[in-house]
Amino acid sequence: MYSPSIPDWLNAEHETGTTIMAVEFDGGVVIGADSRTTTGSYIANRVTDKLTKVTDKIYCCRSGSAADTQAIADIVNYHLNFYKMDFGEEPEVKVAANVFRELCYQNRDSVSAGILVAGWDKVNGGQVYTVPLGGMLTRMPFATGGSGSTYVYGYVDTHYKEHMSKDECLQFISRGVALAMSRDGSSGGVIRMACITKEGVERFVLTGKDIPKVFDAY
Amino acid sequence: MSSIGTGYDLSASQFSPDGRVFQVEYALKAVENSGTAIGIQGKDGVVFGVEKLVTSKLYEAGANKRIFNIDRHIGMAVAGLLADARSIVETSRDEASNYRSNYGSPIPLRHLVDRVAMYVHAHTLYSSVRPFGVSAILGSYDQQDGPQMYLIDPSGVSWGYYGCATGKARQAAKTEIEKLKMKDMPIVDLVKEVAKIIYIVHDEVKDKNFELELSWVGEMTGGKHEFVPKNVYAEAEKFAKEALEESDDSDEEDL
Amino acid sequence: MTSESMMSTEFWRNGPSPGSVYNFPGPGQTAMQNQSQIGAAKRTLAPTVTGTSVLGIKFNGGVVIAADMLGSYGLSARYRNLSRVMKVNDSTIIGCGGDYADFQYLQSVIEQRVIDEECLNDGLATHQRGLYSWMTRILYNRRSQFNPLWNVFLVGGLQDGEPFLGFVDKIGVADESPTICTGYGAYIANPLLREAYENNPNMTLEEAQKQIERCMKILYYRDARSINKYEVAIVTKDGCIVKPPVQPETNWEIAHLIKGYE
Repeated sequence: MYSPSIPDWLNAEHETGTTIMAVEFDGGVVIGADSRTTTGSYIANRVTDKLTKVTDKIYCCRSGSAADTQAIADIVNYHLNFYKMDFGEEPEVKVAANVFRELCYQNRDSVSAGILVAGWDKVNGGQVYTVPLGGMLTRMPFATGGSGSTYVYGYVDTHYKEHMSKDECLQFISRGVALAMSRDGSSGGVIRMACITKEGVERFVLTGKDIPKVFDAY
Repeated sequence: MSSIGTGYDLSASQFSPDGRVFQVEYALKAVENSGTAIGIQGKDGVVFGVEKLVTSKLYEAGANKRIFNIDRHIGMAVAGLLADARSIVETSRDEASNYRSNYGSPIPLRHLVDRVAMYVHAHTLYSSVRPFGVSAILGSYDQQDGPQMYLIDPSGVSWGYYGCATGKARQAAKTEIEKLKMKDMPIVDLVKEVAKIIYIVHDEVKDKNFELELSWVGEMTGGKHEFVPKNVYAEAEKFAKEALEESDDSDEEDL
Repeated sequence: MTSESMMSTEFWRNGPSPGSVYNFPGPGQTAMQNQSQIGAAKRTLAPTVTGTSVLGIKFNGGVVIAADMLGSYGLSARYRNLSRVMKVNDSTIIGCGGDYADFQYLQSVIEQRVIDEECLNDGLATHQRGLYSWMTRILYNRRSQFNPLWNVFLVGGLQDGEPFLGFVDKIGVADESPTICTGYGAYIANPLLREAYENNPNMTLEEAQKQIERCMKILYYRDARSINKYEVAIVTKDGCIVKPPVQPETNWEIAHLIKGYE
C-alpha cells in the first residue's frame, strides 16, 4: 500500500485537519474555525468554510474527512428542512444534534467526522453540542475539536469563564484558533467566526493582520 | 341515514352520489354507541374522564380500560370499538417511540396527532380496509407549550379543543362542559367537574353499571400522564355523587 | 418474490396498497441489514470516548454502584462531566465502562423499554434480573455478529428484598458477585472491597459508601484514566437515586518525604 516514492497527496483523503471551537453565551453562541483543508501535507483549499449552516439558526463546525462531514451536514440539512415542513416550526438545537449523532453513530465504522453543533432556539437559547468520532453526544458550555484543539486545551481551560459577553466570546475564540493555527500544521489560513442569536447570524472573517498575534518568534 | 342500503355503503372507497362516504358515517355510529369520554383542558393541564359501561356483573373490576398512556407525557381517552382503539394506541405509541429515537426528545402532541390522524384517514380510502370505529381524545402538558388537547374522529379529522366529548352522551356532556370556565381552572378542581359530568350524563335507565375512569396530565404531575391517585379519585367521585343527589332533590321540588 | 411479499400482495389486492401512501412505521431497516447487503463491513473494533472503572458492592438492604465522570479520548482527559451511572426504574440501577457512544445507545434503548412498560400501567416493571438477563443477550448477540457493544455494565437492584449485583462485558461474559469492579478497579479496588465485604457481610449503606469512597480515591491515585469526580447510584427499598457528583479530598503529604530517587 504505502510507498515512500509516491507523494502522500495522491492517496490521502481530503481532511479538514482543523481547529474548530464553539462557546455558549447568554442569548446565543459564537463559533469559529480555521480555513485549511489538507490532502496529506498539501493544502487543497486555503480558504475553506468549515462553519456550515444546517438551519437558519443552527450551524455545525466540521472536522475530519471533508467528504464525510459535507455529506453528513447535507443529510442533516435535508432532515431538518423536512422537519420544518412537516412540523411547521424550527427544530431545536438538541434535535439537530441528535440527528448528527444518529448518523455518526450508525456509521461510526465508515465515517471520520468530529462535529460541533451550535445554534439558538427559543426553548433553550444558545447551545453547543459535541459529536466526536465514535458518535456520542453531549452538551458543553464550550467545546473544541479537530487536530488543532489538542494545542489549545491549556488556553481554553485557563481563559474560559462563565457569562462572557458576545465580544468576549469572539475574542476567546479568535485567540484560541490563532494559537492552534500557529502550532498545528494542519490548521491555518484565515479565521472564520459566526455569532448566532435570536436576531440571526453574523459572520466574521479575520485575515492577515486581523488575526490575533501570538508568540511565534521561536 | 335516509339513504341506507342504496348500494353506496359497502365500501369506504366509494362516494355516494350526494357526496358521502357511508362507511365513515357508520364508523361514527359505532362511536355513538359507546360510553361517553370527555377531556377538559384547564390552565395547568388536561383531565380525562370516561364512562366505561359494564355490561355484566361477571366482569372483573378495572378490566378493559379506555384511557391509555401513549408516552410519558401523552394520554388518550377513547370512545368506540375498544379493539380498534387498542390498535390506534399501538400506532400512536410506535409514532412516539420513533420520534424519540430520531430526534432524542419527546414528541410534541400536535405532531403525534397529525401522524395518527393521517393513519386513521388512510383507512377511509380503500375498499380492503374498514375505518376505525373510534374517536380518540389526546392530551398532554409541557413547560413550553402548556396544556394541549385534540380529538381525532373516524374520518381522520383532528381538532384542538378546550373541552370535548365523544360517545353516546356527547351532546349532554358538551352542554355541561360549556358551563365551565375551564381556562382559569386548575386540574385539581377540574377533575371533580369531569367526574360530575360523567355522572350527570350517565343514563341509569338504559345502562345500569359503569366505572368512572379519571386521568390527568399537567404541571402538578410533572408533565406525566397518569390515572389520578386513589384519594383524588374518591374525592371527585364523592363530589360527583353529591352533586347528582342535590340536583335530583331539586328536580323533585320542582315537581 | 419471497413468500412474505406474496402474502402482502394477496392481502391488499383489492385496491392500491395503503402502504404506498402511508408508510407506517417506515422502512425500518437497521444498520446491520444495510451492511449485510453490501457484503463486507467494518466493525467497531476500537472504542473512542471511553470510561474507566465501575465499582459495585452489595450492603444490607441494597446496592451501591459508582463510576467517575471522565470520558477519555485515547490518553486525553477530554470530557470531564459525563454521567456513567443511570437509574433505570425504582428498583434498578446500572453503571457503565467502555465506549460512551455505545452506552448512550443502550441507554436510549433501555429508556424506551421503561417508557413502554410505564405505558402499560399494569403495576409491573422489569426488575434487575430481567434487565440483566436481557442485557447479557444483547451484548452476546452483538459480539456474535462481530460487532460488539464495547462496554462493561454493572447492574444493581433489589428484588423481593434481596440485593442483586451482576456484570456483563462486551463479549457477553456475565457473572454475579457481592462486590464487582471493572477495568483498573478489578485489580486495585476489588480486593479491597471483597475484603471489606467478607469482614462485614451485613454492612450498612454508610459503611458501603465509605468503602466506595476509599476505593474511588485509590483509583484516582493509581489509574491514569481517572479523575477525581464521581457519581454514586444507590438502590434501597425506598427506591433508586443517583447522587450529585462528589470530588473527595485527596492527600499528597507523602510527597514531602521524597527527595531524589534511591
